[in-house]
Amino acid sequence: MLSARATQRRDAASPSHAAGPRRVVVVGNPNAGKSTIFNRLTGLSQRVGNYPGVTVEKKSGQRKIQGVEVELVDLPGTYSLAAHSPDEMVAVDVLLGHEIGERRPDLVLQVVDASNLERNLYLLSQVLELGVPVVVALNMVDVAASRGVVVDAALLARRLSVSVVPVEGHRGIGMPDLEAAIAEALAARAHSDVGPTAGENGSAPLVRFNDALHETVDDLHAELGPSFEAARGRRLHPFEVLRAVIDRHGHAERRLTRALGNVCEMRLEEARGQVAQGAELPALEAKLRYAWIRERVSGCITRSAGERAAWSERIDRVLTHRVFGYVIFAVLMLLVFQSIFSWAQPLMVWIDGLFGVLGRGVEAVLPEGALRSLIVDGAIAGVGMVVVFLPQILILFFFVGLLEDCGYMARAAFLMDKVMQKCGLSGKSFIPMLSGFACAVPGILATRVIEDRRDRIATILVTPLMSCSARLPVYSIFIGTFVPATNAVSGVPGLRLGYQALTLFLLYVLGIVTAVTMAWLLKKTLLRGEKPPFVLELPSYKWPSLRGVLIRLYERARAFLLRAGTTILAIAIVVWTLAYFPHRPEIGADHARLRAAAVAELPAGPALQARLVEIDEAEAGSYLRDSYFGRAGQAVEPVFRPLGWDWRISMAAIASFPAREVLVATLGTIFNLGSKVDEDSDALRDSLRKAQWPESDPAKPGAPLFNLPVAVSILVFFALCCQCGATVATIKRETNSWGWAGFAFLYMTVLAYGGAFVAYQVGMML
Amino acid sequence: MLTLRDLKPGDRARVLQCHGRGSTFQRLCEMGFVEGARLRVVRFAPLGDPLEVELTDYHLSLRRTEAGMIEVAREEAARA
Repeated sequence: MLSARATQRRDAASPSHAAGPRRVVVVGNPNAGKSTIFNRLTGLSQRVGNYPGVTVEKKSGQRKIQGVEVELVDLPGTYSLAAHSPDEMVAVDVLLGHEIGERRPDLVLQVVDASNLERNLYLLSQVLELGVPVVVALNMVDVAASRGVVVDAALLARRLSVSVVPVEGHRGIGMPDLEAAIAEALAARAHSDVGPTAGENGSAPLVRFNDALHETVDDLHAELGPSFEAARGRRLHPFEVLRAVIDRHGHAERRLTRALGNVCEMRLEEARGQVAQGAELPALEAKLRYAWIRERVSGCITRSAGERAAWSERIDRVLTHRVFGYVIFAVLMLLVFQSIFSWAQPLMVWIDGLFGVLGRGVEAVLPEGALRSLIVDGAIAGVGMVVVFLPQILILFFFVGLLEDCGYMARAAFLMDKVMQKCGLSGKSFIPMLSGFACAVPGILATRVIEDRRDRIATILVTPLMSCSARLPVYSIFIGTFVPATNAVSGVPGLRLGYQALTLFLLYVLGIVTAVTMAWLLKKTLLRGEKPPFVLELPSYKWPSLRGVLIRLYERARAFLLRAGTTILAIAIVVWTLAYFPHRPEIGADHARLRAAAVAELPAGPALQARLVEIDEAEAGSYLRDSYFGRAGQAVEPVFRPLGWDWRISMAAIASFPAREVLVATLGTIFNLGSKVDEDSDALRDSLRKAQWPESDPAKPGAPLFNLPVAVSILVFFALCCQCGATVATIKRETNSWGWAGFAFLYMTVLAYGGAFVAYQVGMML
Repeated sequence: MLTLRDLKPGDRARVLQCHGRGSTFQRLCEMGFVEGARLRVVRFAPLGDPLEVELTDYHLSLRRTEAGMIEVAREEAARA
């Protein structure tokens, strides 16, 4: 009878509640093994998305737990619900059901590290105030035991009035018990009188750790609640008021004052004065909560001497040693770097070849025309361009996953922090930036380890400045063709340093110096703000779990293909359209006449074949020069002239937007060599050397198009520019904003133009 | 005032209080640098910054500037 009435009331409050799956939100500290538990519960049924307006990732998965359909939502690891940025506020909003289109959770699953109980319970003490039922997964009980820490779960459960289930996430031990506890808690909730809006009416939180504070909060909540509801169309939760009072200049305060005006700020200051009596509120909160925690855990924990901690410390003595530490770090980085560079290469060539074969297959079946070109040069080439990144992404994330899982990642940040601080970043930015040398796309994906939003965006924005492997074909053709192969250093026997190698080296240095300077500048201007704390947990070393690493790998690859991949494909098709149309029939007719003439003139044989190929290539060149891209190149020639470029170079540079390495093929087409040339092509090198300004050119009639300053200006441009559709798409995906993606493209293009301008003008003066 | 940054590797101490404001200060409090918490300096990073500290049950790294916000009282090493 009671349960029937409850169901009715709930249905009236929120009709969708009974219909959808039950919602379980997983929270916990970083390193508490939260992802492992989440992966154990959901397997591969995960979906990754973004919350609107923030860079936080939304991970969820759906499955049946003991017959009940459950949607599990994984929140990013956090130490506290105090939010200083919109990103940190996401956790509070999800837990309270304030996210747009989200329901209030039916249950919170809190993952707690048994070997570090007190600090992990800090977050729990806040979660318990939200009025949502909680189940605690007491994780890593084996790690705790090896450190001599044994937790009495039953006693702890009684003390906290919630279920506490001991588990070993990485081995899957205790998972059935955990699922049973989840099912039981969900069933209890369905039969209790607690509707989905419980706790929103100012009902007493489960944890009252300070009466004065809670009285103030309740008064403020009663006072501000109605006008907030009128302004925002939803109820104000007492926990939001608590956070607004404690976290001065925090996000909860900002939200309240935005809704209610400055009166609210004054009231908050008053409230702070009443409670704090001179002390800083955050310190008071921490002190009271830790006192509450100690009271509850006392008697639950028995300690004896463990060996695990000593073992981990012994490893650290080597890995953070002033000499060996850096040697091991360098070797590891070299290994990661080398593997992205060289192990991925054969796979990428293979993928390239596969899509080439696919394209030729379609070419053989379909009649010539716009549709065939769209499918072969637009769609298949576009999909190929997306898939070709997979080997690098998979290899980098395999290593990053291993290093993160075993606990080394935190040590790498510990070792590199001092260096990275110089450009305003932290040690956590080092590995993403280093990965940028292979490819910016996995590098940008790897910035996820950086919690601070400003640091993360700064790292994302400068990583594409690192000279990636896609720049090598461009470097190679212009250095190989125009930089003398002579020795730059003379008089030192045995030392051979050619001008070519030196140029290549300087291009890499240019990228690094620009990246560091830009990071510093960004942190001083656009991304200015309070220096984020570098309070970083150094977890004990443990064997990485291959299963966890592989699941994360799968998830990354899937997210990249689905989310960045679609954008890259769209860009590829737009670029194809611009390079194909208008495709005037007159050009085709002209070349058809030439073909007919050749057939009439020459006898069948190799000479005729060669002539026909020549005509085909000339036709492709004419079409491209006549395309919208070609016309744009001619229209913007005056803009690029100060760099020493003519319209052909300008056009090739613009057309290489989807990917820098396309420049080589575009140059091939423009110079009537067909698009099948590569950076080692002697024919292309020859045509580049012979290319001239037209006789009609007012400034340089008949002069060679390329000389050393022009070549250097092109090299500098391509070292600094953001001609990479995949990078732009990935930045959009990772920052969840076209604004930052556009900014990255714009600032790099401006830098590239400026750098190329200086290179050419100075070069011409010398 | 003796702060965490003045200690040497191997030193043990008790937290008296945190000084400061803002999000870094709050994070330090939340991580357990509260009155009475016991800690041990494990090492300084090879370049001199940051430093590694063992706080109650776990290890964490923080920068010298952050360590300077934490007032401590030295404890006898013999206790261990």
